Amino acid sequence: MTEKNETPRQLTLTDQLWVFGRSGWEQAAWNYPRLQNLGFCYLMIPAIRRLYPDKTEAGQAAARHLELFNTMPYMQSLITGVTLSLEEDRANGKPVSSADISAVKIGMMGSLAGVADPIWWGTWRPILSAFAASLALSGFGIVGPLVFFIGWNLARLAFRWGAQRWGYRQGLKVVTALSSGVLQKLTLGASIVGMFVMGAIIPRWTRVKLAPIVATNHHAALSLQSLMDQLLPGLIPLLLTLGCVWLLRRHVKPLWLLLGLFILGLAGYSLGILR
Amino acid sequence: MSIWGILLIAFLAGIEGVVDEWEFHQPIVACTLVGLATGNLVSGIALGASLQLVTLGWMNIGAAVAPDPALAAVVAAWWVSGPAHLPVAAGVILAIPLALIGQGLTRGLRHLIIPLVAQADVAAAAGNLHKIEWLHRGSVVLQGLRVMIPTALLMALPAAWIRLSFHVLPATIRGGLHVAAGLLVIVSFAIVINMMATRQLWPFFCIGFALGTDSHLSLVALGLIGVALAILYLRLQAPHESQSGNGPTPPAAEDDLDRELDDL
Repeated sequence: MTEKNETPRQLTLTDQLWVFGRSGWEQAAWNYPRLQNLGFCYLMIPAIRRLYPDKTEAGQAAARHLELFNTMPYMQSLITGVTLSLEEDRANGKPVSSADISAVKIGMMGSLAGVADPIWWGTWRPILSAFAASLALSGFGIVGPLVFFIGWNLARLAFRWGAQRWGYRQGLKVVTALSSGVLQKLTLGASIVGMFVMGAIIPRWTRVKLAPIVATNHHAALSLQSLMDQLLPGLIPLLLTLGCVWLLRRHVKPLWLLLGLFILGLAGYSLGILR
Repeated sequence: MSIWGILLIAFLAGIEGVVDEWEFHQPIVACTLVGLATGNLVSGIALGASLQLVTLGWMNIGAAVAPDPALAAVVAAWWVSGPAHLPVAAGVILAIPLALIGQGLTRGLRHLIIPLVAQADVAAAAGNLHKIEWLHRGSVVLQGLRVMIPTALLMALPAAWIRLSFHVLPATIRGGLHVAAGLLVIVSFAIVINMMATRQLWPFFCIGFALGTDSHLSLVALGLIGVALAILYLRLQAPHESQSGNGPTPPAAEDDLDRELDDL
C-alpha cells in the first residue's frame, strides 16, 4: 500500500521472449518427488528478475515456483502465460497471494495435460512421423526426416508462443474460457482423426507376408496370400493389432507383446509360413 | 571426425529424450543424422524410418517413463550405418533392448538428480537466482551425458565382433529377423489405439482401415477424410450449439495449423 507507485512493474516483450526461449528446457531436471519444479522455476527467472528487484522477494518468488509441478510440456506455455500475468499483478501490489498463484498452476496442470497428451503424443506425432517414415521408405529419402522435423517444430513453436501470449493477455479469464468445453471437443476431434489414421496405417505399414503355401485343388492352385488379399487385405495385421489392444487392456506390458511378436516372426519364418 | 559427430548427436538425443522438444531423439531424425555423420545416409534413413514405426507409440505421459528411443536410435544406427554394417532389420531388433537400457537410465537419473534440485531450494532461500539457473543448465548436461556415455562405450566394441556375432546366428534366424522387425510395429499401433479408443470411436477405426486397404488413396487424401469426419461428427453431435462469438483461442489455432500441416 505504501509502496511508491512510480511506474508499474511490467514485463517487456523481451522478457516474454526469454521465458519462451527457456520454456523448452523445462523437463531437463525432471525428478521424482517434485517432477518439473526446477524447470518451471528456471523459465520464470527472467520474469522474476524484472518484477522483483528486491533480492528477498525474488528468492520467495523462486521458492514458490520450486513447488511440485508437472504438465504436458507444451501446455505448460499456457500455464506460464497465466502465471506471468498473476506474478505481474502481485508485483504491482494487487491482492494476489503466493498461494493463489500455486493454486492456479496446480489447478490447470492436470486437466491441460489430460487434453494435450492425446493430441500431441497420441495423434500428431504418430501421424506426422508415420507419414514421414512412409515418405522416406517410398524413395523420397531425406524429405521424410525433414518433413517430420520441420512440421513438428513449426507446430510446436507456434503453439507455445501463441499459448503463452494468450495466457499472459487473458490472465485468469483463460480458466473460464477453457471450462466451456472447447478442450473436450478438441480432444474428441483429435481422437477421431487419430483412430481413423491408425486404422488406415495398419494395412499399409505392417508387413506380414504369408509364404506361398499352395492349397492344391484339383484344377487351380491357390496361394494363401492371394486368398487372404481377396478376402480382406491386411486382415492378419488387423487381427494382430486388435489382439495386442485386447492384451494391453488386460495390463499386459508392451515389452511382452514385443517379445511375443518377435518370437512369432522368427517361428513363422522358420516354419515356412511367413516370409 | 564422424565419431565426434555421433557423440554430439547422442548428446542432443539424450537431452531431447527427456525434454521432448526438438525431437532429435526420434529415430527418423537421430538415425538420419548418424547416417549423415558416417557417410551412409541411405541406410541411416532406412533404419530411421523403419524404427520410427516401431517407436511412434512410446510416449512419456504424466510421471511414467516410456522406453527411450534416444540411445536405441543412435547406437542401432551406428551398427547399421557404421563399420559393422548390420542389416536394417537387425538394427530394429537390437534397438529394443537398447531402448530398455535407456529407460532404466532415465529413471535412474530422475532419482540421482534429487540432491541437485535440493540445492535449488537453498539457492532460492538465499535469493541466488544465478545458482538456480546454473543448476538447471547442469541438469541439461547430465541428460545429454545419460545417452552420450553409454553410446561411447558401445561404440568402443569392435565392429568385427558385432559382425561376427551376427553371422554366428543360424540362417533361419538371420532370415527371420526382417519378418520379426516387420511385426514389431503392431505394438506401437496398439499402444496408440489403446490410448484413444472409446466405444464411440471404433467406427472411425473401421472406416480408416477399410479405406487404408485401397492403395489408390494417398495419405493426404486419407488425412483429409479423417479431418472431415471429425468435423462432421462434432457438428452433428451438438446441433443446438450455434457458433458463439468466442474469439479464436490458441488451441483452435493449433488445430487449424495441425490441419494445414496434415494437408501438406
